[in-house]
Amino acid sequence: MAQSVVVQVGQCGNQVGCRFWDLALREHAAVNKNGIYDEALSSFFRNVDTRGGGDGPGIYKGKICSLKARALLIDMEEGVVNEILQGPLRDVFDSKQLITDVSGSGNNWAVGHKLYGYQYREKIVEKLRKTAEHCDCLQCFFIIHSMGGGTGSGLGTFVLNVLEDEFPEVYRFVTSVYPSGEDDVITSPYNSVLAMKELNEHADCVLPIENESLFDIVNKIHQMISSGKLGSTVKQNSLVTSSAGSARTVQEKPFDAMNNIVANLLLNLTSSARFEGSLNMDLNEISMNLVPFPRLHYLVSSLTPLYTLADVNVPSRRLDQMFSDAFSRDHQLIQADPKHSLYLACALLVRGNVQVSDLRRNIERLKPSLHFVSWNQEGWKTGLCSVPPVGHSHSLLALANNTCVKPTFTELKDRFMKLYKKKAHLHHYLHIDGMEQSCFSEAISSLSDLIEEYNELDATKGGPRTDPSRLQIAV
Amino acid sequence: MSIVTVQLGQCGNQIGHEVFNAICSDVHGTHGLCSKKENESYHDACKERFFCEEESEVPIARAVLVDMEPKVISQTLSMAARSGYWKYDDRSRFCQKQGSGNNWANGYSVHGPRHKEVIMNLVQKEAEKCDRLGGFFTIMSMAGGTGSGLGAFVTQCLRDAFPTSFILNHVIWPYGTGEVIVQNYNSVLTLSHLYQSSDALLVHENDVIHKICAQLMNIKQISFRDVNQVIAHQLGSVFQPTYTAEGGLHYSRNPLGSFRDPSLYTSWLNPRDAFNAWKTPRAFNKYEKSASLVSNSQFLLKPLDNVVGKAWNMFASKAYIHQYTKFGIEEEDFLDSFTALEQVISSYTILC
Repeated sequence: MAQSVVVQVGQCGNQVGCRFWDLALREHAAVNKNGIYDEALSSFFRNVDTRGGGDGPGIYKGKICSLKARALLIDMEEGVVNEILQGPLRDVFDSKQLITDVSGSGNNWAVGHKLYGYQYREKIVEKLRKTAEHCDCLQCFFIIHSMGGGTGSGLGTFVLNVLEDEFPEVYRFVTSVYPSGEDDVITSPYNSVLAMKELNEHADCVLPIENESLFDIVNKIHQMISSGKLGSTVKQNSLVTSSAGSARTVQEKPFDAMNNIVANLLLNLTSSARFEGSLNMDLNEISMNLVPFPRLHYLVSSLTPLYTLADVNVPSRRLDQMFSDAFSRDHQLIQADPKHSLYLACALLVRGNVQVSDLRRNIERLKPSLHFVSWNQEGWKTGLCSVPPVGHSHSLLALANNTCVKPTFTELKDRFMKLYKKKAHLHHYLHIDGMEQSCFSEAISSLSDLIEEYNELDATKGGPRTDPSRLQIAV
Repeated sequence: MSIVTVQLGQCGNQIGHEVFNAICSDVHGTHGLCSKKENESYHDACKERFFCEEESEVPIARAVLVDMEPKVISQTLSMAARSGYWKYDDRSRFCQKQGSGNNWANGYSVHGPRHKEVIMNLVQKEAEKCDRLGGFFTIMSMAGGTGSGLGAFVTQCLRDAFPTSFILNHVIWPYGTGEVIVQNYNSVLTLSHLYQSSDALLVHENDVIHKICAQLMNIKQISFRDVNQVIAHQLGSVFQPTYTAEGGLHYSRNPLGSFRDPSLYTSWLNPRDAFNAWKTPRAFNKYEKSASLVSNSQFLLKPLDNVVGKAWNMFASKAYIHQYTKFGIEEEDFLDSFTALEQVISSYTILC
């Protein structure tokens, strides 16, 4: 089976990453009762012999000795990474797979990308090569970062460039947390737009996430539970926001619930590649089916259900509700409404006790209310994985390549232009070696072009359908 | 006479397993109204075709399992072994770590040439185990990347290596509303290439089988396992021994022989010659009476036209083409495939 490596950059990236590794261990522990190091585990973890102390040689089969995450932790401040290394997950991370500095990037993309990028390039390449050497078939790099700051945004996209140069055959999936309008970092629009250009040009697939959406989901769950409508019948560890059953014992920090959602997204995305099922959906299939044109690789994601009720018997109606929810605006992980925009492609990855007839029935039911682009009227990619997430009997991840991402990008552009027109704070960027005005104009131009591509597609929505005429064959 | 089965990709391997299961359970099942001697004849004819008998071991399926990722083959091998009635030869398998990504070009242009030698060696070994080789039976889906792309490549290799053998491709037609978004591209490329090397294509449509499960068998929650078992049952009833066309007491030795019958392929023959029936008193799979129909007719015209139409529509917008050109399949290759299939559609249409 193929392996994946996670590169977590910056404060947000590392906090989300940390939740990912914790929940991944929980998920594998629930499935792997014999303590044998199997193919599923090897996709994200190495098995290391630590009896001699420190990092021993890798063990490829047999009993689990010590699991090490296939990860690279990068941050230009020490606080977050140090906390991870002192916390309950300290043994999961290889002490050599870190790159840290002390002063941080000052919420400045240029500092992250140009200054630290240049400074740490060699070290980054060296450590990436090391993680790749530990894999017998490296399939995918996952980058986790935020767009609004300096390290995740600047250095994170620098790493993206490095990955393309050094490992051109390996897929690059990026999970990017976009800043909200009320973000307290004034320069977040600059950082985000500069980062977008890199994502446009060097990522295979981007999963944009907005904090507002995560926040809304967390609130919705709290409301449902405290309203007493569900009472004590909700299985605690089934909450898409919960860390219950994982290594974490201290009280959860404010962002934990939100970060758990993103961690669950990544777990679900990779579930069919790790576990068996009647219709597998590998990572390379996701990019193949959901990216019809190279630059249109932004995928809107939604996870359902958000929680499970404790009763085991799930009648068909609840199952169908899960599918309906996946398309509702309040389950999306960005502020978007895919139902009222245009689908280029859609993927449904179902986990647990769901069969092909359930999938077909729901596709037939939901299809009429969705708008698909004229050349892909029946474009669905489906996957069935037998292993459900912890605490659930079934779950669904929907990935949509849909023009509903456009508002996120246009708002970003507007916020950028507000600052740029006044040349506000530009000097902080321009005095960094390698930064010029053209970096800004090229970045906004790249974003504008992307928005324009979505506009052109939207213009075809609802229009008259004229299918191209077929080839005429002389008989 | 024996046939060697080549199971390609997730679909091919999952179905192949059910087929051998169905055949094995039929052989061990009750023999209905025929005599014991009759039953033994049946046994022998059947075993020879599909299984290799080693002493003191369960029969070993004459099959080569191919997939570009390991999960499905591992499962298939262990499920077969667990049955206790038959198993696969552990060495007759080939897999890689990373699948074909639903990309026909990846299966055909990258995995094919790269692994040709190893795969053909496995096929050669199976062929050599047969006293007399009747031909090859490949099982694949058209929608994905391995079964379709690598399957098309392997079929070509089989044709090159065994120019006089009969090659029958079992092709699974995907659900109309998508399992894979680029399934129509993959299907068009697969069919146009198979046309050049295969002797016959036996088709099962997922939508049709699904209806059988829902309406005729009343299964409430239909799984792929259910679908595959229906397909296996149909294939089994077609492949199992029947009396030769001359009638009488001998079982036809070559299961693919019935497919060689020219009347199955052209309608330029007398209607009287166009229909053939084979029978046996031995019941199939505990059914007291059963009949199977294999036909070459215009029934596939609508689905084929549908698939070509959708693929052409997508091709006109150039969507996803970059994913194929990256592995060496260019726009001209697509056009060649479209042309070939439009000719097939045209040929079937004017039969009316």
